[in-house]
Amino acid sequence: MGASDAAARLEHARGLLRRAEDRAVRARPAPEVEAGLEGGVLPVVAPLARLLPAGGLRRGTTVALAAGPAATSLLWAVLVEASEGGAWVGVVGRPDLGLVAAAEAGMRLERLALVPAPGPELMAVTSALLDGLDVVVTTVERPVPAGERQRLAARARQRGAVLCVLGSWPGADVQLSGTEARWGGVGAGPHGGSGRLGQRQVEVRVLGRGMAPAGRVERLLMPAAPGAAPVAVPAVAQAPVAARLAG
Amino acid sequence: MTGQDRRPGDMRCAGAPHVPETAITGRPVRVLALWSPDWPVTAAAHAARIPPHQPAAVFVAGRVLACSAVARAQGVRRGLRRREAQARCPELAVLTPDPDRDARAFEPVVAAIEELAPGVEILRPGLVALPARGPVSWFGGELTAAERLVDQVAARTGVEVQAGFADGLFAAVLAARRAVAVAPGDTPAFLAALGVEELDREPDIDRSALVDLLRRLGLLNLGAFAALDPADVASRFGADAVLCHRLARGLDPRPPLRRRPPEELTVEAELDPPVDRVDAAAFAARGLAERLHATLAGHGLACTRLGVTAHTAAGEELHRIWRCAEPLTPAATVDRVRWQLDAWLTNRRHTPEDGAVVRLRLVPEETVAAGALQRGLWGETGEADERAGRALVRVQALLGPESVVTAVLGGGRDPAERIRLVPWGDDRAEPDPPPAASSPAASPPAASPRSGPAAASGRRRPADLVPDLTGAAPAGWPVDVLRRTGRLSAVELLQQGGPPPGARSRRRRLPVHRSPRPSPVRESPPSWPGRLPAPSPATVPPEPLPALVHDAADEAVRLDRPDLLSAPPARVTVEGRAPAAVVGWSGPWPVWARWWSPEATPAARMQVVLDDGTALLLVARDGRWWVAGIYD
Repeated sequence: MGASDAAARLEHARGLLRRAEDRAVRARPAPEVEAGLEGGVLPVVAPLARLLPAGGLRRGTTVALAAGPAATSLLWAVLVEASEGGAWVGVVGRPDLGLVAAAEAGMRLERLALVPAPGPELMAVTSALLDGLDVVVTTVERPVPAGERQRLAARARQRGAVLCVLGSWPGADVQLSGTEARWGGVGAGPHGGSGRLGQRQVEVRVLGRGMAPAGRVERLLMPAAPGAAPVAVPAVAQAPVAARLAG
Repeated sequence: MTGQDRRPGDMRCAGAPHVPETAITGRPVRVLALWSPDWPVTAAAHAARIPPHQPAAVFVAGRVLACSAVARAQGVRRGLRRREAQARCPELAVLTPDPDRDARAFEPVVAAIEELAPGVEILRPGLVALPARGPVSWFGGELTAAERLVDQVAARTGVEVQAGFADGLFAAVLAARRAVAVAPGDTPAFLAALGVEELDREPDIDRSALVDLLRRLGLLNLGAFAALDPADVASRFGADAVLCHRLARGLDPRPPLRRRPPEELTVEAELDPPVDRVDAAAFAARGLAERLHATLAGHGLACTRLGVTAHTAAGEELHRIWRCAEPLTPAATVDRVRWQLDAWLTNRRHTPEDGAVVRLRLVPEETVAAGALQRGLWGETGEADERAGRALVRVQALLGPESVVTAVLGGGRDPAERIRLVPWGDDRAEPDPPPAASSPAASPPAASPRSGPAAASGRRRPADLVPDLTGAAPAGWPVDVLRRTGRLSAVELLQQGGPPPGARSRRRRLPVHRSPRPSPVRESPPSWPGRLPAPSPATVPPEPLPALVHDAADEAVRLDRPDLLSAPPARVTVEGRAPAAVVGWSGPWPVWARWWSPEATPAARMQVVLDDGTALLLVARDGRWWVAGIYD
């Protein structure tokens, strides 16, 4: 009885210490980009860097992109900086990708490998690509068993690759979703038929480990102009969002 | 290739006092080469237990890589298609290539040679070279030595080899192929009579371009090539040709400036627990090879001759030297080490003593300056590309070569039309940078009001359409464009009544062939009037999805004229989805593609924004609406 009591107290004290340490670590500014394969962080465009916990795509992590009205554009926005920096990106299971849009977003097509029709080998192909590519994007049509998910995540961690999943992926390190997309440029109501699609505001929400449970939200212009990189919506335009968040 | 690379140890092993010959004379030493003809077939037939009298051939990609002498007698030739080879020789055994198997099966041959003459170097499975001095002085004559070695190999392993003597490794290998002994000093004359295609015999190096060039210049044999001034060769043909020129003159491929690597370049690993399985050994080899290359790269060196040494648990030391015509890459090093360990471990299994490997050492026996091996500008890049390439090839092995593609941007009007998918590993053959992609301003100003969204941004003036149209696009030009892009636009697919299944992949494979452009109008790249401007839809369905468009009164919206809707759209129902309300729309813009074709029917594009935030690119054709792109 006495021994177990001592053990429990010791455990409790250790827990307190660990929590204090964790808090101290978290209070420090975000860690600098580390060199090396495992600790490396792939860069992302500036407005997204502010949202992501590591300031970029940390190698070895899993990123889930939820389905939404701007999901595919958001994917290119997340990957474009890495691709421009020479990272190899593979996309498994999307036969309907608009690659002109990818090129307009700034992706380097010669380093963008596509496996449009993996069929039943989707997981095997994803796993094989994680061995050699820097970023592997895979698609989830139906829920993936937890074992499969963990195996892929472990493979990504081990190889220092980033696994991006289009769809629901419980346990992802970072979850990105684009909601409330609003297109500008086309005529509405009585002006219908005029103009053409120009810019789009997207509310990007990031949830993830090491972040507040509510996550971070920012409105981005994506695209800001045809073929331009995403930028944050100026503060004036953002005011209603802030008000909504406060309310 | 051999003079100064004889290490003192080798020479002593060979039972001869070491004399740094080349340092004095500058001439290559005598080399004995032993060559087993058609080694891939011999090894494969042995593994498949095919008797020697049955014709056999190893095929790669449906073509003969190597065939046995029996098969050759029946008309089978290297490079022949499989069907034709089997037609000429119906009982031909079809075998698959396997470098691992070739290397493993060759080890007993090397061991048999080594019993009589140490200092054996493996050039590749099926071909070894050794300094001639030792065996010749021991057996008392070149012919006797060759006879003894050939007999020894035949008696121990049942493999036929041919021997050849010459000054220098290159000539010795050629001599072995012809089973002749070239008298000392006669090597340049022996080489002079041979054709220049002998330079392209090394499977690892492709010198076909150089050989072809020399032939076209009228230099048909090595003698004619050797007669050129080395300075001219260097200035006209580049570094590899200089090497070949030295070979053709009977000299060492590189000037005698090779460096003896310092001792600390050797890398060594203790294997605990001892390794007795090939896969575990390969794993150990990989790490060791990477360490070796990191060390060598740190000294700015690359390895051309690699010593592999293993210590077994029984206390035995096994040593083998692999020589390479060009500096070893990390992957090639791993291959060599793996083959060697595979051979040792497989053979040890039948002996009673403990054959597990406890220590593995890689010795760079000979190094050259690494300049020629420079990969990317930052080293890492090349490595990452190589890694990515391997992963993609693995997927191709899993799903087929067509399964992994990269995209090439081309010209076109529709998003789907502007993309050409190229299987991984094929030539991407980048076309000229599509002017359409650069900026809309690049298109001639006259083109902008003709059609497409550009027309909509200004006021649509239908009267402008016709004269412009006839003015700019010359007849026949879009056919060329079709050939260039290899794909049709969604609009055109619809026009043909929907694509047959598999049409995508078939079209994709159209040869990307740029025909000579006869008319001066074609000189300037096409400007793609009516092209869909950026932003492009992020999702392009492989085949357009049918959609229904209704107005506020629930009537179907029709296209009354190419640029006029019957009513403003209010709801869009895409096949398989719930109806969504339209919050904004623009268009329609008539599409004037293939207007010269009599079957062409008018089509129009329209962009609609739905209440859930997505935008669709709709195409009207034949009185129906289709989704050609989704802006998501």
